[in-house]
Amino acid sequence: MEMMVASAIGILTACGVYLLLRGRSFPVVAGLTLLSYAVNLFLFASGRLQTQQPPLILPGATEFADPLPQALVLTAIVIGFAMTAFVIILALRANLQLGRDRIDDPPPGDGT
Amino acid sequence: MNHWIIAPILLPLAAAVLLMFSADRGLRLRRIINLAATLGVLAIAAALLDSTLDGAWQTYAVGAWPAPYGIVLVLDRLSAVMLLLTALVALFSLLYAVQGADAASRHFHALFQLQLMGLNGAFLTGDLFNLFVFFEILLIASYGLLLHGGGGARLHAAMRYVVLNLAGSGLFLIAAGVLYGATGTLNMADLALRVAAAAPGGDALIRAGALLLLVVFGLKAALLPLCYWLPETYSAAAAPAAALFAILTKVGVYAILRIFTLVFPAAAGDWLLALALGTLALGTLGALVSRNLRTLACYLLIASIGTMLAAAGLFNAPGIAAAIYYMAHSTLVTTGLFLLFDLIARQRAAARDRLEPAPAVAQPALLGALFFLAAVAVAGVPPLSGFLGKVLVLQAALAVPAAAWVWAVVLVTSLLLLIGLSRAGSAIFWKTAAPAALGAARLPPAAVLPAALALGTSVLLAVLAGPIGALAEATALQLLQPAGYIESVLGSDPMIAVTGTGR
Repeated sequence: MEMMVASAIGILTACGVYLLLRGRSFPVVAGLTLLSYAVNLFLFASGRLQTQQPPLILPGATEFADPLPQALVLTAIVIGFAMTAFVIILALRANLQLGRDRIDDPPPGDGT
Repeated sequence: MNHWIIAPILLPLAAAVLLMFSADRGLRLRRIINLAATLGVLAIAAALLDSTLDGAWQTYAVGAWPAPYGIVLVLDRLSAVMLLLTALVALFSLLYAVQGADAASRHFHALFQLQLMGLNGAFLTGDLFNLFVFFEILLIASYGLLLHGGGGARLHAAMRYVVLNLAGSGLFLIAAGVLYGATGTLNMADLALRVAAAAPGGDALIRAGALLLLVVFGLKAALLPLCYWLPETYSAAAAPAAALFAILTKVGVYAILRIFTLVFPAAAGDWLLALALGTLALGTLGALVSRNLRTLACYLLIASIGTMLAAAGLFNAPGIAAAIYYMAHSTLVTTGLFLLFDLIARQRAAARDRLEPAPAVAQPALLGALFFLAAVAVAGVPPLSGFLGKVLVLQAALAVPAAAWVWAVVLVTSLLLLIGLSRAGSAIFWKTAAPAALGAARLPPAAVLPAALALGTSVLLAVLAGPIGALAEATALQLLQPAGYIESVLGSDPMIAVTGTGR
């Protein structure tokens, strides 16, 4: 299971970084999303991988799943989701208003 | 427990909620709420700073959950100084904004208060993940403020800024995950104990986490390889937003100071000093080739970050004291610069703030005098605070082997900054194409006041250099005693905490 989770994180990160380095806003947003999936999985795995264990320290229990990373992941998911929504709206507005989609272009003339 | 410690977070939050609900009411009401809240935060910050002068650490367990299980806020001198600095910068920016610049979007005031909440929270928190959350709050607010006023250039700059910071947030989470996986805690005091208890030479995972954090904070602070986003972003922002952003980079500086004295002493090592000197050189070169005043202000900001991080990178008490004094100076002066340059742009009609021949400004004496004051403060010419700050940095550098490098870079860049500022000043005020138009609008005194106040703090910092320098030194000494911080958070027998929750 460790191998699977580790390769999943690695592949997601690699794809995310590759897409992030593209010039157009859609691949960049998709890359950010993949990157945040990888980060969430990584955070989750930082509490060690356990199956079928209670997230509590019960009397007499020797094994338990760490509940803290799950709470951290939940926070990270909420923030990541909101930011993805924001960046999509921003990309759409930039696309409509500037009439172009590349984000590595030089800035438009002093249009403010 | 001193409940006032959480007030700098709760008051802006409450004000932001109120402001959001009054978005459809009059602008006047929103201005009054925002001003009242900002003044309230300023008063609380001043009272909190006063309460830290005895040198004790004050902790506040949120929800009364004891550390290291719950989140703690920790107030020490450095946090209190940063709170006061934030409140001052906010007040100057707001005084400028309420004179008309805030009318362009309905939620300017709400975003402004949310920004304050994120900043204050980041300065107070004693938990690494909570620091991430407050970083996100202040970033989200800054995305909105950056877009204030609209326009293509702002949209373009915002898109890049948002993408870059989202990638930075991802890195922060990875660093937090690595540190949690390696130590089993995110409470900074607890983390410090466990990092110190790890094998001598350090666990490779812990060191990797520490340097990842340096990358993240370097991105926020605009440290050398990660500083190219700043000129485009800040020069696109509206003047009051850019003036408020002067404190935003200091969050990165603060986090570096906090984490690399408390949790990972000596983990950043020579990296920070070398990169900071590079940042200073790059900011100076950028200032020399800037073609408009806003870009000039951005590169001056980068140069000042280089100076203060070079001082912080010495990691000795005089160095950190110099960094804190220089941070107070440069943050307030940068705020003044962004406001002053906007005033100049408003009087130059079509040429705006570009350094090219244009009709003269309508009030050359007033604006020229302020520009001169700003240039003296920024370049580090006696008698203003920039000079004193740089002297402190140079004195502190004497203790380290790299002193020659620090002296050479700081002195040469000061000369180059002086040249760059003289060039900009003469292009604006002397190389005029025509006398000022007869009907050119003169600025009301109230419009000049915020910039004059912000730049005037440089005089105040120089006059009060004795007490303020002593405060900076006491702050540095407190920062270099991580044992006191840890004890105040975890209690007097913290080893129980280490063994009691061992994984």
